[in-house]
Amino acid sequence: MTGPVLSAEIVPRLPRGVRLHDDRVRGCPVLLGPERAVMLDPVGAAILGELDGARSLGEIAARLAERYAAPAEEIGADVAAFVADLAERRLVELGNA
Amino acid sequence: MPDDVARQVPPPPVALLAELTHRCPLSCPYCSNPVEMVPRGSEMNTADWARVFDEAAALGVLQLHLSGGEPAARRDLEDLVAAARGAGLYVNLITSGLGLTEARLDALEAAGLDHVQLSLQGVRPEVSDRIGGVAGAFDRKMALARSVVARGLPLTLNAVMHRHNLDDLPATIMLAEALGARRIEVACVQFHGWAAINRAGLMPTRAQTEAAKATVAAARARLKGRLVIDFVPPDYHADFPKSCMGGWGSTGLNVAPDGTVLPCHAAQSIPGMTFPNVREVPLALAWAHSPAFNAFRGTDWMPEPCRSCDRRSIDQGGCRCQALAILGDAAAPDPVCRRTPGRAQLDRLLAGLPGPEAAPAPLTPRAAVR
Repeated sequence: MTGPVLSAEIVPRLPRGVRLHDDRVRGCPVLLGPERAVMLDPVGAAILGELDGARSLGEIAARLAERYAAPAEEIGADVAAFVADLAERRLVELGNA
Repeated sequence: MPDDVARQVPPPPVALLAELTHRCPLSCPYCSNPVEMVPRGSEMNTADWARVFDEAAALGVLQLHLSGGEPAARRDLEDLVAAARGAGLYVNLITSGLGLTEARLDALEAAGLDHVQLSLQGVRPEVSDRIGGVAGAFDRKMALARSVVARGLPLTLNAVMHRHNLDDLPATIMLAEALGARRIEVACVQFHGWAAINRAGLMPTRAQTEAAKATVAAARARLKGRLVIDFVPPDYHADFPKSCMGGWGSTGLNVAPDGTVLPCHAAQSIPGMTFPNVREVPLALAWAHSPAFNAFRGTDWMPEPCRSCDRRSIDQGGCRCQALAILGDAAAPDPVCRRTPGRAQLDRLLAGLPGPEAAPAPLTPRAAVR
């Protein structure tokens, strides 16, 4: 990953016009936005499912770490990289707590 | 046996472009509607379109582009948006901005519109209004853009660029930024239909093309995370062809106002092809099994040098309509490709266009259809 790592304090959310969709034809969740359809793997879908406009990246990582019994630090890095990539494409908005 | 069947069904399309009507208040000299347009009386009604949207969603379409002509010329646009959203599609409105009042925007928003894509004929009012042929159009577009952004809806500016406005590209990108657009599509005119008639006036010079590429690269770096920039360069100056539609019958399809199902908006220019109509056959059947959609699907149709080329899965042999327009053969390699004999024909054509010192040829506007 390039660019600055996102702070754990940042609160990510899906902006208006970007939404999760259950693609029954292809059998996978997909993130829909302006001229974009991003097919999601189960990890990506789990991360985006945690975005509620209130939870911070740190809180999201902690919840996922608990749910999947995985090291929080590792999960935190994955979550930050995934969210940063989507934010670069304006599919996620970054706010402050 | 199941394997054989599976192999014959192509992957589902991602996007459907619904040309709701060919009526439009503008008279752009590069109009992408076919030279022979569908009259109002032959347009499909609300129920027909709603059925198409349901069939599209069931087929696997995710993105719906409501286009035209000017889709706002349809009085049932709000109902169509609601039907599309009800079918589970992501609803994108491609508009000139003319005909969209605040009250209509309220109704479209309530119907579930996801995204607005506003066409821009120029960044300076005098250029915009001259190219589009409607006095005051630029100011109305700006008012619409501000309203869309104020509502929180995502806005894309679709800037159609050519010799007369490509030098304004930096200002165009700055306008998108100032308006708060999330995305800009810098779409250089592709020479099909009406645009081909005006090629001598619209074709950017090579210097303009190179400057535009540099402008886009710098703006992408500067605006990362703020403005998404998609760029369609003038491909005559390129070495390799564009991946037209991501490959014929591969990711998207069009439905014309009268229900004709097309692999791309210019496909009707190809002689001898019969296209299915969604009033007569299900969309899924048209997509998977019609001769028109299978004509250039995959790589089996390819002649040499495409067939054995290492780029065949990158550009799929380029654009069929361009091969037809330049070489008279839709099954030939796209003449943009420098590995093909057809390139010489394209170079001769380029050499005959007005050079950087000469004034561009005057433009012939398309008559507005209301």
